[in-house]
Order: sequence, then C-alpha cells, then structure tokens
Amino acid sequence: MGYPRVELKHLNHLWFQVTGTLCNLACSHCFNSSGPGVRTFDFLSLETIESELQQAVRLGVREVFFTGGEPFLHKHLLEFLVLSLHHAPTTVLTNGTLIPDHLAERLAEIEKASRYSLEIRISLDGYTKEMNDRIRGEGVFDKVLAATARLSRYGLLPLVTIVRTWPESEELPAIAGFMQTLKHAGYGRPRIKILPPLPLGRELTRIEGGHHEIMLTAEMLRGFDRDLLMCSNSRIVTNRGVWVCPLLVEEADARLGNSLEDSVLDYKLRHRACHTCYQYGTFCQNVSAGVEGTSEGTSKKASERTGDSR
Amino acid sequence: MSTRLALLGGIYSNYRALQAALSDVRSRGAEGIYCLGDLGAFGPYPDRVFPLLRDAGVQCIQGNYDNSLAGGLEDCQCGYTDPRDNYFARISYRYTNENTSPENKAWMGDIPHQLRLEVEGHKLLLCHGSPRKMNEFVWDTNSPDQFLGHLLRDAEADIVCATHTGIKWHRQLAPGQHWINVGVLGRPENDGATNVWYTMLELAPARVKVEFIPVIYDHGSLAEDMREECLPQEFIDTILTGWWTTCLEILPHKERARGKF
Repeated sequence: MGYPRVELKHLNHLWFQVTGTLCNLACSHCFNSSGPGVRTFDFLSLETIESELQQAVRLGVREVFFTGGEPFLHKHLLEFLVLSLHHAPTTVLTNGTLIPDHLAERLAEIEKASRYSLEIRISLDGYTKEMNDRIRGEGVFDKVLAATARLSRYGLLPLVTIVRTWPESEELPAIAGFMQTLKHAGYGRPRIKILPPLPLGRELTRIEGGHHEIMLTAEMLRGFDRDLLMCSNSRIVTNRGVWVCPLLVEEADARLGNSLEDSVLDYKLRHRACHTCYQYGTFCQNVSAGVEGTSEGTSKKASERTGDSR
Repeated sequence: MSTRLALLGGIYSNYRALQAALSDVRSRGAEGIYCLGDLGAFGPYPDRVFPLLRDAGVQCIQGNYDNSLAGGLEDCQCGYTDPRDNYFARISYRYTNENTSPENKAWMGDIPHQLRLEVEGHKLLLCHGSPRKMNEFVWDTNSPDQFLGHLLRDAEADIVCATHTGIKWHRQLAPGQHWINVGVLGRPENDGATNVWYTMLELAPARVKVEFIPVIYDHGSLAEDMREECLPQEFIDTILTGWWTTCLEILPHKERARGKF
C-alpha cells in the first residue's frame, strides 16, 4: 500500500505518559481509553524521565508534556515537573480533580522558580454540572471549578481545555457560557481552548453510524504543511518504550524503540488516527499552518491549497 | 571600532511610532536600519508607513502580514488558534488589505523573506518569526536554550534577530551566540506602559551589545486616527493603556500572567 511516510523533522514536543492509562475518571470520549484499573500502560520511573529528558535535550527539544491517564496520580509528579522545567517549558494535562489547596500552592511555587512557563491544562466539557458530569462523571464539575479558582488564587492561570460537544453554530454562546461559569466560580481571568472530539478510543465506541474508515494518502498531503502532523515533531515515552505520537499508543506498530535515541525514525501513516491528526491538526498545540522562513517559501492562496480539509 | 544597527520590529501601521523611532535612530546614529516585517496590521492608514521607510533607507524583510497582502491571501497567517483572536485578526486584515495600495502590496512582495549579514565577524540572520517559519512564535519562556541553539546551528548563524511575538527579549546562549527579539513599534508590550520599543545592536569583533530603546510617541493622536477609521475599540484601548486586549491566547503562561487580561 502507498501510505505516506513522515520523518521526525525536529523534536518540538516530548510527551511522557507518566501514569500510563491509569485514571480516576472514565470519560465517555477518552481517546486512549484510560480509566480506573486500566493498566495497558503503567507508571514511569524517575530514571526513565531523567534519561529521556537528557536525550531530548540533546535533540533540541522545545516543550515537554505530561499526560496519562491522570498525571497527578503519580506521587512523584512534582519532582518530575521541577526536573523538566529545568530543561524546557512544561505542560501537565490533568482532569483537575486531584488538586487540593497545598498542591495548588506548591505548583505556583514551582512555576515561579522556573525561567520557563509551566502550563496546567484542565479538562472541562460543559458549563453546567449536567453537561459536564454526563461525560466526565458525577461530582467532577464542582471539583474542577474549585481547582481552577484555587490555582488562580496562587497566581496560576490554568488553560481550561474543552472538547466541543455542541454544533459549531453554537460556538459563541458556548464560549460565553464557559467564561461566565469559570468567572463565577472564582477564576477571574479564564483561559480556555476548544478541542475537537477525536473519533478514537472510547469516543469511537460512543459515536454511532457517523464514522467512516478514512486513511491518509500521499495525494492528501500534497501542498499540506506536514509540520502540523504530530509525527513530524513529537514522540511519546511510555513504560513500554517510545511511540510515534500520543494518538497511536494503542497501535503496536507505532512503537519505534526502547528510548528516544532509537526512535528518531520516519513513520508510515497507516492508521485512522493519522487522518484524524491531519484533519484536526496538532490539536494540543498552539500552532497553525506555517509560512516557510526561507525565500523558497511555498505559501499559497488559501483557495489554491489542496488536500486540506480543515 | 564598532558597528551599530537599528532593528525595528512589527510596525502594524503605527506610522506615528515609526516617525518617532526613526528620529531617535538619527539622533543616536546607526550604520544601518532594518525592519523585520509586518509593516501593516492593527493600526490606521497603512500606506503612511511606506514613504517613511523608503525615505530613511530602511531595509525591510517580509513578515507574515506582508506575505499575505502581497500574495492576495485570505488571511494574515498570524498563527492564532483561538476563535476570539481570529475574529479580531480578520477585522484587522480586512481593513489593512482594503487600505493598502496595489503599489505598496507589490513592493512588499519584492522584499526578501530573510537577510544574512556579516558584521565585525558576526554572522547575523534577520527573520520575522524564526529562521524556519516566518510566523513561528518564539517567546522567551517557551523557548529553551537547546531549542534556540538548534535553530542557530540549522541557520548557520551566530546571532538571530526576530520579532512577530510583540514582546522584546534577548538571550545569550554561549559566547558570541545570541537570540534577540527586537520588539515591535506597532503596539505597546502588555505591561501597562504606552511606549513601544526598538533595538540598537552594537557589534565589535569580540563584543555584542544589545540595547532596547523605548519610543515615546503621540499615542493619543494614533488613537484618534484609529477612531476615525472605525477600528475596534479593543485595539484603541491597547494603544491608550498599554495592555493587550486581543491576541492573548497565544501567550505562554508567564507572559500572559504579567498582563492585565
């Protein structure tokens, strides 16, 4: 089959699946099917974090992300953050249910002591208890709102990430709803980021009838900025080795090696998730299509772009 | 012996700040004046910056805005991902596109994407965002040393000068190796002060001196111009208060936390 291959152009983003697939919640749209007792992947050790960070620094890494499962289930997470922030800006992706007051205070201290930014990303999927808890579980809404207010009190501005569960035509009222809810809860300067639902993992089994098997082709990538694909700029470290990207950790062929140094390989885009990444972009990053820096740049009129379905 | 270069960042149609900056450069003296792109955007009367740049002999390179306007693209390629940021970016781009003459658009199409200079033994690369992407945001607190070192090595440069983010900063990575964000003339830098900034770079064979120069200009009159042109009140507020009110979601945590909104 003529699946396109993509090389690791530069390691912009290093991901750690720090608690494997273990989570205290079982959200209905979770893209890697994490949940209580789910041990498809397990916790990372300090030795692994240290060693992979050293390798990533040699590769010129730009940012580090800690994900899971739920990262705050790892009792050594704060040590990992201090270590990571010594080398690079760092983001934790959390469900926000395990951040009591003393932890919020400690996170703020860690952030202040670092010359690089620490980002706390907290998931929320509804601006009412009913909307959110239907997806993320009973009682989660109140815990998350309290965590955002707590962090904000200590000077941190968590980025609230929201999976779009409404039609795009209702985007503006939805955003207004979230802003109002967060402010009302005590988070005075809310930062929010809307993400598309990814038809992967548990979300794939949740949606019915609307999904088709679409694979990426070389034709689709013609004229497309490949830097937007995670495989061109990211790798994820798990307790079972290094995978090409966070979306493919359930695919055996996406495991590239034991460590980062032997995972700087190109990758054949043969999975449905590759099309999802192509379609929605590198959804966890703050980037959009780039303009080449050199005089040989290839930017085109939007109407001339081919294969870009976004 | 040393050589002084004046480096101007995004102008964003702020012709009043450009006038003040050029006058300041003349009084200090410099062997060359460079502008790192984004001549239009945000501010009023975009055509007014071009004669000022040409008369002062400023060597310009393209920013994403200039690239879009010259190429007839649908958007400014600013790189925002937030719906509100993009809403304001669209207003700004539409206004600038409609009010920039075809001659000036063509002129922007002819200026280079990057410039390489060799000055007093230092290899300089002047670019808009980063050497690899014209619209890459390279902020102080999300750009670790090893990443900047990689960009310098790939670009085969000792000193990279960029703009695009709107906030000036400088880091020496090793002796003789520097990343400099020269700041912007277009709008204040989200610290509650209304002045804008440019950079004076002084180079000698074994010395690199980076000086950020504050530019105080008639921001009240610029706000009046913007009102006349019916530009959004949010933009005018930024000029009058020094706090950013839009394009905030792209900021890393530390830069965001230092602002008001």
